[in-house]
Amino acid sequence: MLCKGIAAAQGIAIGHAFVKVEQTLSYTRTTLEADQVAAEVARLKEAVGKTISQLEAIKQKASKDIGEAEAKIFEAHQLIMSDPEFIGAIESNIESEKINSESALEGVSNMFVGMFESMEDEYMRERAADLRDVSKRLLKNLLGIEDSLLGDATEAVILVCHDLTPSDTAQLDKDQVKAFVTNIGGRTSHSAIMARTMEIPAVTGLSDITEKVKSGDMLVVDGETGDVFVNPDQDLIASYEQKLKEFHEQKATWAKLINEPSVTKDGHHVELVANIGTPHDAEGADKAGAEGIGLFRTEFLYMGRDNFPTEEEQFEAYKAVAATIDNNRPVVIRTLDIGGDKELPYLDLPHEMNPFLGYRAIRICLDQVDLFKTQLRALLRASAFGNIKIMYPMIASLVELRQANAILEEVKEDLRQNGIAFNEEIEVGMMIEIPAAAVVADQLAKEADFFSIGTNDLIQYTMAVDRMNQQISYLYDPFNPAVLRLIKNVIDAAHKEGKWAGMCGEMAGEEYALPVLLGFGLDEFSMSAPSILRSRHLLTQLSMEEMKAATNEILNLATGEEIRAYIKENILDKL
Amino acid sequence: MLTKTCTIQNPSGLHARPATMFVQKATSFSCDVNLIKGTKKVNGKSIMGVMTLAAKKGDEIVLEVNGENEAQALEELGTILEHDKD
Repeated sequence: MLCKGIAAAQGIAIGHAFVKVEQTLSYTRTTLEADQVAAEVARLKEAVGKTISQLEAIKQKASKDIGEAEAKIFEAHQLIMSDPEFIGAIESNIESEKINSESALEGVSNMFVGMFESMEDEYMRERAADLRDVSKRLLKNLLGIEDSLLGDATEAVILVCHDLTPSDTAQLDKDQVKAFVTNIGGRTSHSAIMARTMEIPAVTGLSDITEKVKSGDMLVVDGETGDVFVNPDQDLIASYEQKLKEFHEQKATWAKLINEPSVTKDGHHVELVANIGTPHDAEGADKAGAEGIGLFRTEFLYMGRDNFPTEEEQFEAYKAVAATIDNNRPVVIRTLDIGGDKELPYLDLPHEMNPFLGYRAIRICLDQVDLFKTQLRALLRASAFGNIKIMYPMIASLVELRQANAILEEVKEDLRQNGIAFNEEIEVGMMIEIPAAAVVADQLAKEADFFSIGTNDLIQYTMAVDRMNQQISYLYDPFNPAVLRLIKNVIDAAHKEGKWAGMCGEMAGEEYALPVLLGFGLDEFSMSAPSILRSRHLLTQLSMEEMKAATNEILNLATGEEIRAYIKENILDKL
Repeated sequence: MLTKTCTIQNPSGLHARPATMFVQKATSFSCDVNLIKGTKKVNGKSIMGVMTLAAKKGDEIVLEVNGENEAQALEELGTILEHDKD
């Protein structure tokens, strides 16, 4: 039997089903004697305390395994559990109605859920789901039911259930759950997003899979297509076993490259480095085989808070990354790139008609010099502890580069006067994301130590296309000849001055782009950590000389489509 | 007791981050904090209470504080209410 659902998280799993039966959390409504009320309230408080500490553990696990944004969900759950109106209402219900905690909880929870669900706003309706999730957890604790998802399953299983709450998903262990399939849910639900991060295959929205499958049934789950096969025949299992084997082999081939240098088959070395957003990400990048950090976005330090981070906070964060990326591997740290689509509540930025063309990034820093200086001081101080390089975002002209460098010099001088250590040889480079900068890259290369090409913005500005606008998405093309020529120009300009050129936009990690960029002579490729080994594997199969020759032809092709076809036919298909 | 009338500026209303920020900040004060919209009055230290106000951009909310450090609470909490961004 084949059931079709929504492909929520890719990967293949073959195994036995474990059907999670919704526990009936039954209890009887009991009436209390007056002298039992105090003990009942104490019992409620104990269960609330237990719930809060369970949530703390889930939050920690989520923050470690999944990410900060997901961990925030459980912070919201904790906030509900310490809400004086919610818990207070349950307490006063127990006291006034003289009923047990379970009954009081159900009444109060249903009232709030009903109130949220009836609201227009989608955000509020989602809060109803949060409230149900956390109320259920509290009820289980009141009833003394263990918080265990898999019961007594001993082998790794495919979890079949009606729905997985975010807190269920966060607790999944990859060694115990090969995949999960659910009746409801979509591709963008919290659980699906978490599953992708945790690399657990998942198919959702199967409507009645819990009815069709019994525990112990054989299942094949294809997270790529959304297909779930129930008790399939041996041929199908064999073909999926083959697919799974190939997938593992591929991963194993890549994994062998983890400590290998990134060298082409004709012996040319490039740097494959990672883009990160938090100091915590540096560990993941290190484990994923990164030769360094090509872009550390510092915005996170400034977000989700009420005020600017202090020099000390920033110093600690930069130093932590340098410590993780040891052995003198490079760590390129970009100065604050706020504005555009990224806002800070405490930095009162004016509303603009065209925020992407407005007051943002280095433009703010050159205007609010104290803000910039604090960051530069922290960066310089951290440079005493590792191979840190400073990178300015959104430089449009040589004048801006000079202004930024002049401010940096002032900060350096101040540190020297105060006898504070920093790396005197620190490299200071800039991003190339504005076409004007790409055009005068020859002049900029004389005064910048390196370039890193930010393709997302460079394409957007070069093609005059809003990358969020679906109607004109055909224009947002990294392989447009105009974009490729600009990139080539930037790399050549850097090399002419003996400087290096890197790329930290999404393009750097793309299979089709890598051969071209290699042929252009790009020195450093910065990408999301999971792309590094795949890219290194591809790189080892390419020849620098051949790619140089190929790019000469590619630069003469007229359309992005022709260029992609050329790369496929003449390069990728021949590997 | 001090009160202040604030107009919600955030395009998405008093939701999500602003509501969480407000409650976290309110909880850090020992004085009583209440929010009043029309005839509805809720505890400003309760996330559920604040969200059930369903305050939208342009709504007028009365912030009422009573107790220790009430002046500081009025000032800081008023600022959150009148933030114009998430």
